[in-house]
Amino acid sequence: METALSILSGLFFIVSIYLLLSKYVIRVLLGVALLGNAVNLLIFTAGRLTREVPPIIPSHLDVPAVATANPLPQALILTAIVISFSFFAFLLVLSFRAYQDLKSDDTETLRFAEPKNEPTPPLGY
Amino acid sequence: MNDTQIYLLLPFAAAVIAPILVRFLGEKAAWILALFPAAIFVHLFGLVEQISNGEVVTGGFVWVPSLNANFTYFLDGLSLTFALLISGIGTLIILYAGGYLGGHKHFGRFLSFIFLFMGAMIGLVAADNLITLFIFWELTSITSFLLIGFDHNREASRRAAIQALVVTGGGGLALLAGVIVLQSISGVSELSLLLGQGDVVRDHPYYLLAFFLIIGAAFTKSAQFPFHFWLPNAMEAPTPVSAFLHSATMVKAGVYLLMRMNPVLGDTVIWETVLPVFGTATLVIGTLLAVRQTDLKLMLAYTTVASLGLLVMLTGFGGEKAIEAAVYYLIAHALFKGALFMIAGIIDHEAGTRDVRKLGGLRKAMPITFAAACLAALSMAGLPPFFGFLAKEEIYAAIAHPTFWGVSITLLTIFGNALMLVIGATVALKPFLGEPVKTPKNAHEGPILLWAGPVVLSIVGLVSALFAGFSNHDFVSPMASAIAGTSVEAHASVIPHFSLALLLSVITIGLGVAVYLKIDQARFAMAWLLAKIGWGPDKGFDQFISGLVRFATWITHRLQNGRMEAYMTTVFIFFGVVLWGSMIYFDELPNVPSFPVLSFYEWGIFTIAAVGLFSVIYANDRLTAIVSLGIQGFAVALIFMLFGAPDLSFTQFMVETLSVVILALVMTRLTLNKTDARKLSEQLFDACVALLAGSALMVLLLSVIQQPFDTALSDFFTSYSKVVAHGGNIVNVIIVDFRGLDTLGEISVVMIAGLSILALIRVKGQKMRKVLKQ
Repeated sequence: METALSILSGLFFIVSIYLLLSKYVIRVLLGVALLGNAVNLLIFTAGRLTREVPPIIPSHLDVPAVATANPLPQALILTAIVISFSFFAFLLVLSFRAYQDLKSDDTETLRFAEPKNEPTPPLGY
Repeated sequence: MNDTQIYLLLPFAAAVIAPILVRFLGEKAAWILALFPAAIFVHLFGLVEQISNGEVVTGGFVWVPSLNANFTYFLDGLSLTFALLISGIGTLIILYAGGYLGGHKHFGRFLSFIFLFMGAMIGLVAADNLITLFIFWELTSITSFLLIGFDHNREASRRAAIQALVVTGGGGLALLAGVIVLQSISGVSELSLLLGQGDVVRDHPYYLLAFFLIIGAAFTKSAQFPFHFWLPNAMEAPTPVSAFLHSATMVKAGVYLLMRMNPVLGDTVIWETVLPVFGTATLVIGTLLAVRQTDLKLMLAYTTVASLGLLVMLTGFGGEKAIEAAVYYLIAHALFKGALFMIAGIIDHEAGTRDVRKLGGLRKAMPITFAAACLAALSMAGLPPFFGFLAKEEIYAAIAHPTFWGVSITLLTIFGNALMLVIGATVALKPFLGEPVKTPKNAHEGPILLWAGPVVLSIVGLVSALFAGFSNHDFVSPMASAIAGTSVEAHASVIPHFSLALLLSVITIGLGVAVYLKIDQARFAMAWLLAKIGWGPDKGFDQFISGLVRFATWITHRLQNGRMEAYMTTVFIFFGVVLWGSMIYFDELPNVPSFPVLSFYEWGIFTIAAVGLFSVIYANDRLTAIVSLGIQGFAVALIFMLFGAPDLSFTQFMVETLSVVILALVMTRLTLNKTDARKLSEQLFDACVALLAGSALMVLLLSVIQQPFDTALSDFFTSYSKVVAHGGNIVNVIIVDFRGLDTLGEISVVMIAGLSILALIRVKGQKMRKVLKQ
């Protein structure tokens, strides 16, 4: 089952990178959203999988009675989900505002900071 | 910390208080500030007796022992004579600056720079540790940059400053490399110990490397051909700077380095070939270029270049006699050149021009300056009874060998010396003799602050020769011994005695007088020749710098082309190639996995996720894109659920829902183009890049899961979750307890993102456009 999930995670990566390479900001954003899931699946799979036993200790025991799912990747992913969400929200609003002010969502034309014909620096002293 | 060390660092203290004193006292502050270098001079003079007896004065403290960098100094004959010249001439320069720049609004700053430079220069000649030597060396480059560019409102001044910094700073890098090589060859980090390791260094295979690095540093600093061009350009600096930096100090630092390294690197064939060849070339070229000039300071600058060439030639000529001659000439040159620069400055200050063609007959108006000029020029011409005479006699005695090498160098030296005599006479006599010429300013004698310096220096040039026994014993012999590495006894005297050297001196003077009488024709001929050539290292420097700027611009525009997909493509191709490459190179590719065994609902969820993924790519309206994004997100949440992660599953559901809602809100404003803007070929290329990078991650993960798993950390958390942290849900315990600080960081990130979003929404479009327009 790790194998299947590895391949799924790889598919996530391929699709998200393909989207990140496109010229429209909105597609790039979709790619960012997918990239978060891809990385989470990668961490989850690398921590090995256990079916259906959550890492929870029953109240009358000090350690779980049976082998549980690995808690460490879950803790990492929990943090990652929240951060990638806030990152996604920020990028979304940023590109929305850029669209409002620059009237474009094509990265080719978003050249305000790096104009095409940048003048050469002065050659004198 | 003993007294000598305090005295050596005194100029830095003066640099701090100079601006304050100038604010209260104006130009009179020069009188008080001159006491600092004077005190150094007096203190060092007290050491003369001790050092001329062959002792050395050392001290200092440990600085960074792990890097062998110590703040140590040692004074032998060589360092002491240099330090005396620097502090003695420094005293006179401070006074002179008071008269020359007294009213300038940045006079305090100027004095501060001069003192910083003086401190760096004294530190350089006194440094024992090689790293300390390098630091002071670079400090002289930086402070000279500040001094040459003092008049920063003029472009010529800025150019000269940058040029000096680039040339001498580049040499400084060579020096750093050179001292590191020397340190690794010899295993010692102090000059005083290195001096005894000459044989080890000379026999080492890296000798040549060390040699070229050290002469690279020395030749750039001492303006040897083809690096000579920065020195005349540095004449853009105020005259006190020229008199100080370009007579006795900065430019002699290179000669100092060569002299210092003579016992270590000298006495080899390459040393005795490269130094005389470049030195003689510099001597001849410097004097020829000097003849071309009409500006007093530029003429002196080119003769300084020539004199440095002469010193380098003598240092590398080989033999104690040549070393002795170099010492005589170095002292003589510092005295007369310092005086002549100051005299040129006085003429400029009082008559309003430095053009020799517009000057004449000033002897009545400026009698004291004229007297000092005569004394200095006679010393420069090498006439008895001046110190310059001793130098000239010793030079000819040292180099006139009946070999091809000796004869050619002697002939070229006679030629160079004769032209130097011509320039000396032109600078010192021409403005004063003949009929009075109308000058831009009504010329009259300057204040004592101005003429004190040249008068003292030219009188010293006379007295030191008259009491040659004292000069020989106290200065020349100890210095020559330090350079030669063995005991040398100097005994030149001003009483002419018939010898080959005297004959050569007479020839030099005769040739010089002949050219002096035809100076205008000689200048014209040189000007014509230079116009014919039309290119020189000075122009080459400009071409080099502008070429560098163009190249940097080109490469920046190449790499930072402003196209996001280009950056992205580069990153992912690199990423994929590195991952695949290292896995293949280290043979860490995974085994072919067996076909996964999954229950049917697991297959179902995986398929839903994959379908969601691909429909995101092919969605051609907003709604489909949002829904597809939601599908894959919920599928991932289900996967978490199936594999024992209910917390993740819950969070994922929440986050995906929120994402879809926000995306739907924004997407109503943004357009999602129906078709991909990329051409098919671009789409294919991007797909290949995505496949390369994505498949690399997939294969990496497959290879990871085939490795044995180390459960140490997970076991730790599982066994202590209840016992130590009293929580049953291990994931939650990790987040809020074991790794609580991480979670705090995460919350901060979320908060900052929230605040930024708020700020982005709040800034009104109108305001933003205004900002963008600016």
